[in-house]
Amino acid sequence: MVTKRMVAMLLAGGQGTRLGVLTNRTAKPAVPFGGKYRIIDFPLSNCVNSDIDTVGVLTQYSPLELNAYLGNGSAWDLDRNSGGVYVLPPYVSGSRGEWYSGTANAIYQNLAFLRQYSPKYVLILSGDHIYKMNYAAMLRCHMEKQADATIAVLRVPIEEAHRFGIMKTNEEGLITDFWEKPKQPQSDKASMGIYIFSYDILEKYLTEDEHNETSSHDFGKDIIPKLLKDGKRVAAYGFNGYWKDVGTVKSLWEANMDLIDEPAALDLNDSQWRIYSRSPIMPAHYIGADGQVESSIVSEGCDINGSVSRSVLFTGVKVGRGAVIENSVVMPGAKIADGAVIKKAILGENAYVGKHARIGESPSESISYDTSLTGDITLIAGGARIKDASIIPAGMIVSDASAKKEGN
Amino acid sequence: MEKAFGLIYTGESNNQLRDITYSRSIAAVPFGGRYRCIDFILSNLVNTGVTNVGVIAQRNYHSLMDHLGSGKEWDLHRKRDGLFILPPFLTRDNTGIYRGTVDAIRSVMGYVRRSSQRYVILTGSHTIYNSTYDGMIASHIQSGADITIMYSEEKEFDPNGRYDDLRLTIGAGGRITDMQIDPYIPQSNLRSCDAFVMEKSMLEYLIEEAASHAYTDFVRDVLVRNVGRLNINGWRYEGYVARMDSLSSYFKHNMALFNEAVRADLFNAQHPIYTKVKDEAPARYGADAKVKSSLVADGCIIEGSIENCILFRGVQVGKGSQLKNCIVMQASEIRENCALDYAILDKGVQVRPGRRLAGYETFPVTIRKGGIV
Repeated sequence: MVTKRMVAMLLAGGQGTRLGVLTNRTAKPAVPFGGKYRIIDFPLSNCVNSDIDTVGVLTQYSPLELNAYLGNGSAWDLDRNSGGVYVLPPYVSGSRGEWYSGTANAIYQNLAFLRQYSPKYVLILSGDHIYKMNYAAMLRCHMEKQADATIAVLRVPIEEAHRFGIMKTNEEGLITDFWEKPKQPQSDKASMGIYIFSYDILEKYLTEDEHNETSSHDFGKDIIPKLLKDGKRVAAYGFNGYWKDVGTVKSLWEANMDLIDEPAALDLNDSQWRIYSRSPIMPAHYIGADGQVESSIVSEGCDINGSVSRSVLFTGVKVGRGAVIENSVVMPGAKIADGAVIKKAILGENAYVGKHARIGESPSESISYDTSLTGDITLIAGGARIKDASIIPAGMIVSDASAKKEGN
Repeated sequence: MEKAFGLIYTGESNNQLRDITYSRSIAAVPFGGRYRCIDFILSNLVNTGVTNVGVIAQRNYHSLMDHLGSGKEWDLHRKRDGLFILPPFLTRDNTGIYRGTVDAIRSVMGYVRRSSQRYVILTGSHTIYNSTYDGMIASHIQSGADITIMYSEEKEFDPNGRYDDLRLTIGAGGRITDMQIDPYIPQSNLRSCDAFVMEKSMLEYLIEEAASHAYTDFVRDVLVRNVGRLNINGWRYEGYVARMDSLSSYFKHNMALFNEAVRADLFNAQHPIYTKVKDEAPARYGADAKVKSSLVADGCIIEGSIENCILFRGVQVGKGSQLKNCIVMQASEIRENCALDYAILDKGVQVRPGRRLAGYETFPVTIRKGGIV
């Protein structure tokens, strides 16, 4: 096997429960984003653009769609003779077989995959963030600082710091203290969940951690603190570009809206740093004589005869005459019939909205429903059918099954 | 389906397409927002189940080869058969310059002989339609004809726009009784779609026979001369056919895509048209964008207003600019406050702020690839 300097391991096992019905049948990394992409396209394209040609994708939750999407990796130029993209599900070996019990355990169970390439460095990524980053530059930082491990670091507003791994660094750029999700954050330097490890250190610490029964087998909670405790050189690699966790309904909606702003918070048209994706075979989109589109992103295969503003329309979306779509995210293949009105909503793949239905109306006080996941964003599951003239109040979640049962 | 291979001739030359064929063959002419003419023929073959396709290249085939690559986008990068690009080459009895289709096919006889399929589907590259050849092959086999020609009804006739205009007179049982090529007064409104099915051995025989008589053109010298001797049948195609005869027909057929029925026919989701993937971001519309009846590809950034326009991938329209009835090819940029009407901008054209261009429906203004206005 050809030796690889650095191999990437992409943790794509996230269940994504906070995305509600969007991840009913799909792992989080396969959730559509930005008109034609899926979340996983971002870390994968970053790898390819950083000249990393060997990527292991660790899956365990609803992997079917993700596996089918990755295929042989040709969409990302990862169909290689040596290297390429590999889907790595949990497996049984000998009498032992188990699910991935934590991020560190997931990598531990795939050390044999890594050993094939005798890598000097391993890049650990997660599959739920939207950002463009040059991992080659991060590796240079790792090598210059002669670090054992390097963590990508972003400054976050201090009031949000409690959601992240927070660290303190010294003047050399080495991390002195690390707290996973601290209640009282002492710094605004947050871990992005992107690590580079020197391979020997990684293998040693993962193996030790595996045999530690009190460990939760997590990079942030166990591995990084242990490295610091042992006085290893853990460097911080500062990143100041766009980075967004799209793990919640609100953040997924916001990240899509960020693309509409002028100038866009994240430039997808950068020909030097393309985001690759599996391209559906569809013609250019068509805006009809009665259509109107402003401040929006529209993909191929769309057919728009209504009015669209501040929205992201994925591939193959159909918008009927007189329909109005505002501040919404409409995922691939969704169909909006004539006269329907959609405000601040996320429509899942192949959802159907009937004629003159109204989605995202002000909530009436007579019915109560749980909006803890959605806030004021209305969420329609993939494949759900909204009947003609129904009214779906803001913040409601319509799942595929309940749409049939309610029959409204 | 009986086994067939495809042979696409892309050496057509047509001065009437003017500037858009200045640097490319007709096969590589961009059409419909994200396609090249040859995408339709290739996809038709692939959607028929054909896995062996030879593309005879002759003129300006750089752009064509760049587009086709390994044939991956058409699922034609294969171990068994696949896509074969057949450029001209020099040998003792081959000058590398084909005098016509007979010459061209004769020079790729090696490829034809090696193809293991019994039937050949021979096509040009300037006629666009979305269909499979299943019906045509079945009809060919059933009728026992020597050659079957696909045709469609064309009501319009422009004596100035004549180009490879093969008119067919069809008798009982679908047999072709007379043919005219580029007629002054056509006897028939049934026109060849430039697609022929026959057994491979028939093609080999006809080509060698024609070459021995120093004939050069397959249609003029083989078909038209032998209409009485060969059993040539017609197979009627009812769908939309776009023939790239002249710049005005190129313009007309692009504009026809604003008609829902034409879009549904040419972009039939049952028979997808494959093309080279560019990984452009989705199109972005600015706050002041106004759009009406337009076809817009990925990668476009639209801040002005467009009506009846076809924008290929990566086109930019600046604030305050108004485009009407325009075809703008890949990566062209129209800056602020321009006004364009009936214009065709080739790839990578730049229109500086405040410029005005206006043509007419039958004579759209064309700006050559890379031009700066």
